Amino acid sequence: MPLLEVRHLKKYYATQKAVDDISFSIEPGSIFGLLGPNGAGKTTLLRMITGIFFPDEGEIIFDGKKFQPEKDALRIGYMPEERGLYKKMKIGEQAMYLAQLKGLGRRDAYKKIKTWFTKFEMETWWNKKIEDLSKGMGQKLQFVITVLHEPKLIILDEPFSGLDPVNSNLIKEEIYKLAKSGCSIIFSTHRMEQAEEMCDHIMLVNKGCKILDGTVQNVKQQYKENLFHIALDKLPPVLTSNAFEIKDTENNHGLVVKIKEGYGTNDVLQHFIQQQASVSEFHEILPSLNDIFIKLVEGTAVSRQFQKVV
Amino acid sequence: MSKIWLIIKREYLTRVKNRTFILSTFLTPLFFAALIGIIVIITIKNTDKEKVAIIDNSGVFKRETDSVKSIKLVLNPVVDTNNYEKKGYSAILFAPYSGINTTKKWRLYSRKSFAVSAVNSIEDKIRKGLENNMLMAMYNVNNSNIDSVREASRRIELEEKRIGAGAHSQDGNSVVAYGVGYGAGFLIYITLFIYGAMVMRGVMEEKTNRIAEVIISSVKPFELMMGKIIGIGAVGLTQFLMWIILITVFSSIIGALIPHDILIQVNEANKSIPGGQMNMQGNEALIGLAKASNELSSVNWLLVVSCFIFYFLFGYLFYAALFAAVGSSVNEDPQDAQSLMFPITMPIILAIVIMINAITHPDSSLATWSSIIPFFSPIVMMARIPFGVPGTVPYWQLGLSMTLLVLGFLVTTWISAKIYRIGILLYGKKATWKEMWKWAFRKS
Repeated sequence: MPLLEVRHLKKYYATQKAVDDISFSIEPGSIFGLLGPNGAGKTTLLRMITGIFFPDEGEIIFDGKKFQPEKDALRIGYMPEERGLYKKMKIGEQAMYLAQLKGLGRRDAYKKIKTWFTKFEMETWWNKKIEDLSKGMGQKLQFVITVLHEPKLIILDEPFSGLDPVNSNLIKEEIYKLAKSGCSIIFSTHRMEQAEEMCDHIMLVNKGCKILDGTVQNVKQQYKENLFHIALDKLPPVLTSNAFEIKDTENNHGLVVKIKEGYGTNDVLQHFIQQQASVSEFHEILPSLNDIFIKLVEGTAVSRQFQKVV
Repeated sequence: MSKIWLIIKREYLTRVKNRTFILSTFLTPLFFAALIGIIVIITIKNTDKEKVAIIDNSGVFKRETDSVKSIKLVLNPVVDTNNYEKKGYSAILFAPYSGINTTKKWRLYSRKSFAVSAVNSIEDKIRKGLENNMLMAMYNVNNSNIDSVREASRRIELEEKRIGAGAHSQDGNSVVAYGVGYGAGFLIYITLFIYGAMVMRGVMEEKTNRIAEVIISSVKPFELMMGKIIGIGAVGLTQFLMWIILITVFSSIIGALIPHDILIQVNEANKSIPGGQMNMQGNEALIGLAKASNELSSVNWLLVVSCFIFYFLFGYLFYAALFAAVGSSVNEDPQDAQSLMFPITMPIILAIVIMINAITHPDSSLATWSSIIPFFSPIVMMARIPFGVPGTVPYWQLGLSMTLLVLGFLVTTWISAKIYRIGILLYGKKATWKEMWKWAFRKS
């Protein structure tokens, strides 16, 4: 049973269809990548899932029941893209306050904060203020606050922006651990290589509509262009064939070929074997998410246009 | 419920622990105490500062050369216009030679100018001296008779009694009521601005920090807004309470110290006056003091203070929600806040203008009606209450005013909550009044 199921969700503003009929579901323990260009409607979608906005139409099923913002919001952890913290408040007090707002008792909150602060080597921060922290430090704190109350669903909006590689890895490890322990994670980002590395499942939205949905492997299979990389000891004299066309050649040793319709990989290999060339490497080139993203989003207007919603 | 309590607690504690709050709470009463102290000290110091020589060859001044106010009069010392300053006099007064029956003017020579009040009291002295002289010389009235006549006339005191709505009359002491009303109205005016702006800045901070997004995913926007308003209101009440306590403590300390000093000063001043047997100044001061304290105690302090707390609290709540709505509709730029604040600050400023008029005519229809309309009532009604309930302000007016203010608070809060819940999450440009109007009144 999926932890979160979204059915035909719609939210129209006066001048935009911010979210237009989006459906998807997230399994427990999976990392779900929500991708899309700026202004695609990601934030509006996330705000409906966190209970900040009410959808105009459609329904959200959380843990098998209809989503009740007041009750279920406590089982969701939301980390907005920009630092959402009080600048002048002491870090310890701030963490305590936000944990208690999420329904934790004083003692429980204190214990959990101490554990996380120790884990992230933040013990000395307790009496400091946010204004004393760097952007990356603030990001770490924000992450701790988001996951402190052990939510079932964790929503992270650009969690790695401003983090150095060491701290990025630290948080990445924690995200994997949380997923392993059964939490579902929605991971919203513009950085495709990160989504590719971390997500089990991705969804691409553009102009308020879902344009792509599936596991990373499936998506790549779906958008592959039958490109293969071949490494040879030397380039054979005859390169042309009915089975493929050559897209690229690399220093007399490598080739990128596109297999034509009606032919298979064996037809390509056969051609080279007949040419007496020994093949040392042969593998398929799958498109990166970045390529798919650009392919799908390109051609549509770069920034979203305002329109009259009827 | 426990969550709104958490929010109130945070808003309250972060502000009360703030250094500025602690400083302003303790320094404001100290500042006023110091101000009063300085005024008293200056007054005392001035008592025998000025010496005026009277050159009287006509015999108007025979015995009465008491000092007046801060001026010491010395009869016929050996000085002239050339050397009076060297001998420590600041002025020299010449009586006309022709004596009593003259239209000639008395002349006061001095390098500096005297205050009008000082000149008046010197004039008064001359007049009295002349009267005494004439009575003694022409009608053979003796000294002690004159004294008893003067003493009797001084005891006359005008006490205003006003017929109120009830059968019983009431002490009307306009001067004290004026002062108290003015002070209370002004204090509410200032606090509406201070705490209203505090609410607005708090909301703006939450919005620009994007913490509103985190918090609203765990509490309702209304809870966040009300928590902030109530928390800051509690800060205001705490500050008032501290001020009342501190002012009571300081004034009793000063009360224990100052009168002692005054008495010593007054005694010394009396002893040094040649021929002055009557303790005129001391008497006058004591009478004045007794009169003032009598009038102050005739104000119904319990009523005034409890009405003040009511009108501060609900006036604040009435406006704070509006300030919160404005804070939620602007982005970072304080200039945007300025222009959106204008429609809210307008009625507050109008109220203080009406209040200044109402304090001189507490019965006028302008004063009556604006003390009932919630936009003005906190300030205008506070100015009228010290004049007497139910005398100047009938019970029905007070009741109606309070009811309407509470209702008004519910209405502004309801409207503001709708604007707030949309505004707090909206980034980009600032909202216009038209948009805010739409947010407030569209069906959710």
